[in-house]
Amino acid sequence: MSIISNGTKGETALLMGNDAISRGALEAGVRVVAGYPGTPSSEIIQTLAGVAAEHGLYVEWSANEKVGLEVAAAGSFAQLRSMAVMKQVGVNVASDFLLHLAECGTRAGLVLITCEDPGGLSSTNEGDSRHYAKMMEFPLVEPGNFQEAKDMAAWSFELSEKIRNVVMFRSVTRMSHASGNVVLGELSSSLMAPSQPKARFQFDGDFMDQMSGPVVTFPGMVDAMHNRQLEKLAMAREIFETSPFNTYTGPEKPELLIITSSAANLYTREALDLLDLEEQVGLLKLGTTWPLPPRLLAKHLKASEKIFIIEEGMPFMEDNVKALWTEQGPEAGTKQFFGRKNGPLPPTNELNPDLVAQGLVEILGLPAPSLDKTYGERANEFAKTHAPFRAMTFCPGCPHRASYWLINSALKQDNRNGFVCGDIGCYTMGAISCGFNTLKTSHAMGSGTGVASGFGKLNRFGFDQPVMAISGDSTFFHAVMPALVNAVHNQADMILVVVDNSGTAMTGFQPHPGTLTDAGGGALPALDIARICQAMDINVTIADPFEMESTEKALLELLDDEGGVRVLILRQACALSPGKKGKRLFDMAVDEASCLAEDCGCNRLCTRIFGCPGLIWDPEAKKTRIDEVICVGCGVCASICPTGAITKQEVPR
Amino acid sequence: MTAPKLSVDPYNLIITGVGGQGNVLASRLLGRMLVTQGYHITIGETFGASQRGGSVMSHLRISTRSAWSPQIPHRRAHMLIAIEPSEAFRVLAVFGNPEVQVIWNTRPIHPVSVITGQAIYPSREEIARGLSELSAQNWSLEATDQAQTMGNPIFGNIMMVGALSAVSDLSLGPEIFERAISEMMPPAKVPINLEAFSWGRAALA
Repeated sequence: MSIISNGTKGETALLMGNDAISRGALEAGVRVVAGYPGTPSSEIIQTLAGVAAEHGLYVEWSANEKVGLEVAAAGSFAQLRSMAVMKQVGVNVASDFLLHLAECGTRAGLVLITCEDPGGLSSTNEGDSRHYAKMMEFPLVEPGNFQEAKDMAAWSFELSEKIRNVVMFRSVTRMSHASGNVVLGELSSSLMAPSQPKARFQFDGDFMDQMSGPVVTFPGMVDAMHNRQLEKLAMAREIFETSPFNTYTGPEKPELLIITSSAANLYTREALDLLDLEEQVGLLKLGTTWPLPPRLLAKHLKASEKIFIIEEGMPFMEDNVKALWTEQGPEAGTKQFFGRKNGPLPPTNELNPDLVAQGLVEILGLPAPSLDKTYGERANEFAKTHAPFRAMTFCPGCPHRASYWLINSALKQDNRNGFVCGDIGCYTMGAISCGFNTLKTSHAMGSGTGVASGFGKLNRFGFDQPVMAISGDSTFFHAVMPALVNAVHNQADMILVVVDNSGTAMTGFQPHPGTLTDAGGGALPALDIARICQAMDINVTIADPFEMESTEKALLELLDDEGGVRVLILRQACALSPGKKGKRLFDMAVDEASCLAEDCGCNRLCTRIFGCPGLIWDPEAKKTRIDEVICVGCGVCASICPTGAITKQEVPR
Repeated sequence: MTAPKLSVDPYNLIITGVGGQGNVLASRLLGRMLVTQGYHITIGETFGASQRGGSVMSHLRISTRSAWSPQIPHRRAHMLIAIEPSEAFRVLAVFGNPEVQVIWNTRPIHPVSVITGQAIYPSREEIARGLSELSAQNWSLEATDQAQTMGNPIFGNIMMVGALSAVSDLSLGPEIFERAISEMMPPAKVPINLEAFSWGRAALA
């Protein structure tokens, strides 16, 4: 059924960017795929896992991105085309291995796919991983439309094999999570071939023989290996000079030369069309963005005095183009450069066609496009009065709302100014009102436990606040374990709460080492978080956040229990988990007679304070109601209600 | 295949709603229905941190010429489908214009700011008046209520697609719908979706 594996050559399909990348990898005959989920990258591994059995691929969700890249590298060393997939922050995790990998080189094609999130639509940062390509000296490519997302993904494997090094393929949200027409190519025949050469890792050759020797970095070889790596980069640069993925449209002597890449190419084309500038302005779209091809760039740069660089992310291409122009020598003259660094584009946030159009208007001194001002003002007024603010919140039935309710309440009762160090997942929203503002630090994967481990050693400086860390189940395996080892060994005073919702929920419920399935749904053994902690000699308590009374008691006891690392595992599956989705546990009702409404607790405990989206506050009747469309029947609000006005009745199975 | 000419090219359609209402499915369904007719379709989706309860928006560009930006330029929407009514105003503030047409579902999903009492949700009359002022034409549909009688509020999105097929110049008839939905869903689910589509189409016919 999947177009990824069934569409035939020449057929036009509407593909999401991530599906186009998956199709490209399949057309190239990828065999090993590994990575860790992260928006906007997750669909690539999910899609390929779905066709893995049919096409004989090995696809895994790895414990973290570094391991994912290592797994993919093993595939390459054993002569199988391989791919690692992650979001921008994942590249940071993988980066230590990446530096050494790029130094050693690869055998069969190895592509690192990074899907990045300018504007942080679903990230806590605007990380731009392109700098790794420059810093660690390997090639970088960026597709400029959906067709290229497929074609360049396939071509990246060839490029990797030509230079025998890893290739970084960078996408962004508006490419990965956008869709467009893609003409399909042929699926690799090698995928279906009955007689595959046996995968084999050869290591009996010379240390410096990349195809047959040991793959080792070692003092004494560093200079030779580094030189070899630079030769590979030079080869890539030469290939890029004539790459069909670098295109130019526009006049021979443009009034302004635009250099763009990635989704910014689509915004730029739109802006040029809106302002009717195609005859005046030149558009150099680069698909190969590191190393830049100097002859191609010089040729186009010479044709115009004004250069406008439009890219998603930091001014990476902008800096590199400027440096490249300087290398042309003083006789080349000076140019006027525009971009993100000194305007007209903003230095942060994602771009869009309007920002590009405004930039063009500014640079070329054009009259601003006239828009109906009155309409805009009216529409803005209506938005203020008719579109009440829709804050991010936990889903109805989310166990995290109950967990934070309990943690927050326990810390308040404990009354020693305790706090929680946060981590990465849906539960990062513990920092805002839906999590009762319980989180007070939040950084990278695993950092909550690491930071808590630090706080937990400050008692000698008079520090006397109780310290908690929170972690999801997937995050526990990804990066919490080393931090926890550190805390135990150094005898930090802290409580780790693992909110175990049985999957990697935020990115669409992918499995992880603690679940029983692989990426494609096949059976795997699960690692038990409690037993791992017990093996570290940690006192582990397991509770259910929906059993509010006993869980609150457990939390208070842990807070009373002085010294050392304590772990509380709060187990309750995500409301969107396949086992739960669409299945109502309880039918909820509100008895209007006993609902105290504004006189309740500290004024409407359930709607004003607990704030579950499954509840409705009726300001006219001054009563709470259940929203039948939204409520999933978790039953937690019945436990919150002090008068028993909210009742739950088990749904018969 | 040469796609039929469009009155405006690209034709810009926005589907908005709240996470969990089937926004993304509706946009991909429409995309499939149109791509088989030879159009270049570009879809941009904003659904990152919106699993359930966040504002969701899909931009659909329909063109005989090429792919376009996955983000529609400001004030350039031609058609807005609001599966949640207050979300229509959020979208119109950026992408609306006096010529825009709006199809809206009447059933609100209260944001937490309304549940906690910090904000007030507009009445249906206020919504109707506002949308009449901000659009050239608008149609309302009690899609969620009807979907609930069919057993699941999620069918509201398919009803909105059916409603669009009744008022749009685009070719989105039941046969084209059935073909596309059959590619996206198991066979057992096709009849009920067809029923939802037909209800929406009949509602605005």
